[in-house]
Amino acid sequence: MSDAAQRWTGMRYPRKEDAALLTGNARFIDDLEPVAGIRHVAILRSGHAHARIASIDVSRAAALPGVHGVVTGADIADATRPIPSAIRAPIEFYPIAVGKVRYVGEPVAVIAADDRYIAEDAMELIDIEYEPLPPVIDPAGALAEGAALLHEAVGSNVVHHRTFRYGDPDAAFARADWIVKLDWRFPRYGSTPMETYGIVANFERAPDRYTVWSNFQGPFILHALMTGALGVPGNRLRLITAPHSGGSFGIKQAMFPYMVLLAACSKLLGCPLKWIEDRLEHLIGASSAADRADSVEAAFANDGELLGLRFDNIVNVGAFVRAPEPASVYRMHAASNGCYRVKDIAVENRLVVTNTTPIGLNRGYGGPQFYYALERAMDAGARELGIDPAEIRRRNFIRPDEFPYSAPAGALYDSGDYEAGLDQALGLAGYEALCADRDRARAEGRLFGIGIAAGIEPSGSNMAYVTLAQTPEERAKAGGRSGGLATATVSVDPSGSVTVRTVSTPAGQGHQTVAAQVVADALGLTPDDIDVITDADTLTSAWSLASGNYANRFSSVVIGAVSESADKVARKIKLIAAETLEVAPEDIELVGGQARIVGVPEKALPIRRVAAQTHWHPAGLPDDMEAGLLETTILNPPMLGAPDAEDRVGSAVTFGYVCDIAAVEIHRATGKVEVKKYVSVHDIGNVLNELVVEGQIYGGFAHGLGGALLEEFVYDAGGNPQAGTFADYLCITAPEIPELTIGHFNTPSPHNALGAKGMGDGSSMLAPTAIANAAADALGTFDIELPLTLNKTWALANGEPYERAGAARAKTGAATSPDGSSDQGVDRGVDAVEGGLTGKGSVELGASPDAVWKLLLDPETLAAVVPGCEALDQTGPDSFRAEVTIGVAGIKGLYSAEIELRDKRENESVRLVGKASGALGFGHGEGLVTLAPAGDGRTTLSYTYRANVGGKVAAVGQRMLGTVTKILIGQFFRGFDRRLRSDGEGGGGSGGWLRRLFGRLAP
Amino acid sequence: MKPVAFEYCRPDTLDEALGLLREFGGDASVISGGLSLGAMLNMRLVRPVALIDINRLDALSGIEATDGTVVTGALVRQAAAMKSDALMAAVPLLRLALPNVGHYQTRSRGTLGGSVAHADPSAEIPLSLVTLAGKVRLQSPSGTREVAARGFFHGVLTTDKRADELVTALIWPNRAPRTGYAFEEIAQRHGDFAIVAAAAAVTVGENATISALSFGLGGVEDRPFVVDTPDFIGRPATLATAQEIADAAAETVDPMIDLQASAAYRRQLVRVLGARVIAAAIADAESPREAA
Repeated sequence: MSDAAQRWTGMRYPRKEDAALLTGNARFIDDLEPVAGIRHVAILRSGHAHARIASIDVSRAAALPGVHGVVTGADIADATRPIPSAIRAPIEFYPIAVGKVRYVGEPVAVIAADDRYIAEDAMELIDIEYEPLPPVIDPAGALAEGAALLHEAVGSNVVHHRTFRYGDPDAAFARADWIVKLDWRFPRYGSTPMETYGIVANFERAPDRYTVWSNFQGPFILHALMTGALGVPGNRLRLITAPHSGGSFGIKQAMFPYMVLLAACSKLLGCPLKWIEDRLEHLIGASSAADRADSVEAAFANDGELLGLRFDNIVNVGAFVRAPEPASVYRMHAASNGCYRVKDIAVENRLVVTNTTPIGLNRGYGGPQFYYALERAMDAGARELGIDPAEIRRRNFIRPDEFPYSAPAGALYDSGDYEAGLDQALGLAGYEALCADRDRARAEGRLFGIGIAAGIEPSGSNMAYVTLAQTPEERAKAGGRSGGLATATVSVDPSGSVTVRTVSTPAGQGHQTVAAQVVADALGLTPDDIDVITDADTLTSAWSLASGNYANRFSSVVIGAVSESADKVARKIKLIAAETLEVAPEDIELVGGQARIVGVPEKALPIRRVAAQTHWHPAGLPDDMEAGLLETTILNPPMLGAPDAEDRVGSAVTFGYVCDIAAVEIHRATGKVEVKKYVSVHDIGNVLNELVVEGQIYGGFAHGLGGALLEEFVYDAGGNPQAGTFADYLCITAPEIPELTIGHFNTPSPHNALGAKGMGDGSSMLAPTAIANAAADALGTFDIELPLTLNKTWALANGEPYERAGAARAKTGAATSPDGSSDQGVDRGVDAVEGGLTGKGSVELGASPDAVWKLLLDPETLAAVVPGCEALDQTGPDSFRAEVTIGVAGIKGLYSAEIELRDKRENESVRLVGKASGALGFGHGEGLVTLAPAGDGRTTLSYTYRANVGGKVAAVGQRMLGTVTKILIGQFFRGFDRRLRSDGEGGGGSGGWLRRLFGRLAP
Repeated sequence: MKPVAFEYCRPDTLDEALGLLREFGGDASVISGGLSLGAMLNMRLVRPVALIDINRLDALSGIEATDGTVVTGALVRQAAAMKSDALMAAVPLLRLALPNVGHYQTRSRGTLGGSVAHADPSAEIPLSLVTLAGKVRLQSPSGTREVAARGFFHGVLTTDKRADELVTALIWPNRAPRTGYAFEEIAQRHGDFAIVAAAAAVTVGENATISALSFGLGGVEDRPFVVDTPDFIGRPATLATAQEIADAAAETVDPMIDLQASAAYRRQLVRVLGARVIAAAIADAESPREAA
């Protein structure tokens, strides 16, 4: 029936966004040149993890032709105020290092020049003297006694500590039949959006106003922090987002300090500035999810009932608490029971600062870590109790008739049927057949495992949940906080065409398409008729603190505001049409572009004409009707109240549900984790556009799988990031993603006008756990640490030690202890071994140990045989200074080195300690050389060495470092042996060469 | 990530290119596909005075069958090589290796000669050339020379090429009778630098014994190399022998260590991949073929 109301919402409507993206017409931040006279910025970053800045000399850089100015931390400290967070600890966070650097990648100086090339040339001319401090790189190190302090004023590296109790967890654990405890570590990884950060900042006078164009994604609550830092009222900092964003996944939240930095620099330098972050900057200095070193205890009854939970969370936030942190550990807090009926829960949260890049929003925000505790504990409980992992979850699920469900820590779950979702997942997975496959595989000696993870997906955040970081008393003193306002405007212009504004700053999620579908339904138009503007302009759009794109907020909250505004417009159109057609407004329907009388379709008016009347002929409007047609809705979901005195908070608007089942085979010979089957079932309420939903589900799965198998920001013990390029940060790509079976079932949300729930995090929260559970099942151990890279998994599967070059921690995490021992200690078996470049070897030399010894300590010999040694100078009885050219192929650099000989035991052993620095990086290390007679007047020389390499070469040259080191050592000993022999033969050989060398050294 | 300023030279003829090389020598970088050099320039790891772009030297883009070999010009794109039926038929190992090189998109830009000149220890094309005992043709203003691939690679990114020389062609021996070929690698992701890459050419003689064997490894040490395997000539061409050869190789290699893999894991992959490629090459040698 052609004139039945066409319903667009829920259709697989092709994305309106795609044409611009596919034809190169999308406009990203780097395409924008919104003002004339823009200068280009390069940011010099610290190569040191922890050091005092003794001096910065920018004079050579400033003098370079084409350079417009250089700004340092001291300038910014004068011009701005520190950026606060919800943590009250005395941490001064500026967007650039002031006095001290606290992570590799921290901005140290900003150079503005005619172009980026010149700016980078100038970067090399800035002379900085650093006084290195001991670095702290992981939670164990941060908590260790005597650890160096990042922020001296805090007096500790623990910058936040709170404990929470809901119900009576001690009683629950006292009556438990079984307690499982898992100590676990969660790696640090991110989402590496295709487009990096980009900012254009301009300060103008009369009136004084900062305008910042960027690809910032919100939340716009951070606008308040930015104006605070810049010391201006809100309307003097105008934020404008680019029409298109090349991906974010939460990562682009963390660019706001750079927005402050560029704005302040624009004022200081008196010109508009543009900065496009490059990939090297992004991978070492942008943002990521938190790495964690936590433990979880779960108390079970014999029948599998989950009685109580204890979470002990230690969050590594990096060098600063960058807002909205510590939100990552509080986002899931109000839903600490997951999808289970468990009432008695204890949570202890500690935040530690380390000399690593600050963390922030990343897809699933806090969810992957939370489910890694809860859902691994559920699998462990099932194993200990001999209950099927699906069954133990089934026994504990909140039942469909219990919704809306008030969770112990305050979340109000809107709707759900978790068991139905599990059953659908089991059906899609062919669970029984999979279990039979597993039995068969095991009978053949293969490693096959099945893992399940189920969870709720909170969407549409309460801006106040982060204030759980404060005690109820502190909150009361600070004044109330609550809510999560969404805004949307639907307007019809004088031509009768419809525009929607959402300030939802999407990064690929399809907001335009879905908003157009919803508005088309309300107004009887087609989605093609509706123009949707999603970018933000804080000076001209209706926005609020919660505006932006995060926490699955679009379909949980924003779409409600869109729908309400569209309904208001529709009501007005109906009123006007009703008066013209002389019927009651209830008798008007908007269908196919017509406002017509229900049941009398030939009595109709074009909607465009009716709408246009509000502009062209206001006098003809019904009595009391306002002219024009522009409706803005500011929607505040009522369940987003303030946290109460018991630390309970309605943290989100809708609670979707995800149930994932993974089956993996681990190839014993290679360590490959082959995903044989992956099923993901979602309850996202009413589906608004299944195409968009599927895209989100695939994306969330890919991110989760990347975290499970590949991705990690590795640091060495010196705090040097090791994954500075995509050769070492193993971002998951299409060929690594197995087939995904998706299932949907809908329990419409009563918290949303359209019955929809938020979605988008999806399997990014659960895939790490589902894969870990499957791997644990395959390997018969809970001792799993992600990511399950080839080498690590091979070691696990074969009982081999796992050591990774360059990594600070070389050992996988601690084991499960089902006895429920209450180890509240902080180190919990965390093995922080010295990392970096290590090696050992031995050579046989053609001379006696005493001859070798003599030659080894002879500066002339060292100068002659150290590869690339340009000059060598004895600076003390046992110390030397050298200039050495090191490198391969075209990658060469001159390094100055200082070497000291220690613990000399004549003819037996000596320790060499040294450091070096040069253009491509710096390093320090030590080696032990041992001599032993090998008969025949020969000597076996054995050596071990350990070095930490920092700077660019460490971040981008990981693959080559070890090999190049070996080559250099090989060259050294070959040269040394030659020299030994020539000495033995009466000292021919390299004398001329040596004279040349020392000739150069002579003053 | 912007390179230092350099002089950009785009010669139209080989002579012009060689003249530039004589002029700039070690201060020049030669760019063809730019897949490795582009990143190294942008990271300022290399800081050449001049960049010599050889992409206009059409003379280096040919694929030419000669007596017993195929000569590929240095500028032959990896994608073009894969599309050359003559090359793929004559050099089956290259056919097996090339799909492992980067990605579809990068192969349409990356060149055979560029990969050899760059000398990444994990690279598939150098490994194939070494395994097949091919040659590298080098040209300088003072003349042309051909270097055996097995002596060409000196170490990480380091080769026998002198500063004034240009890699102009690779010389690939044709497939040999009763000989099978296999290539396999393991990387964390498709297109990554191989943790270990293994290649084999095995000739199966009378009585199903191995009469010639070339077992090459990449990603293990600082250059691609062929494992010394004289003890296995004349041994039965079986799975068991394949495993023995690989196990023996694993004991002799001195693997590099990096973020992705320990020495022990690389040894393990030498055992696993080595056995696989040798067994597959034996099977290939024994499989009936259509007449050429």
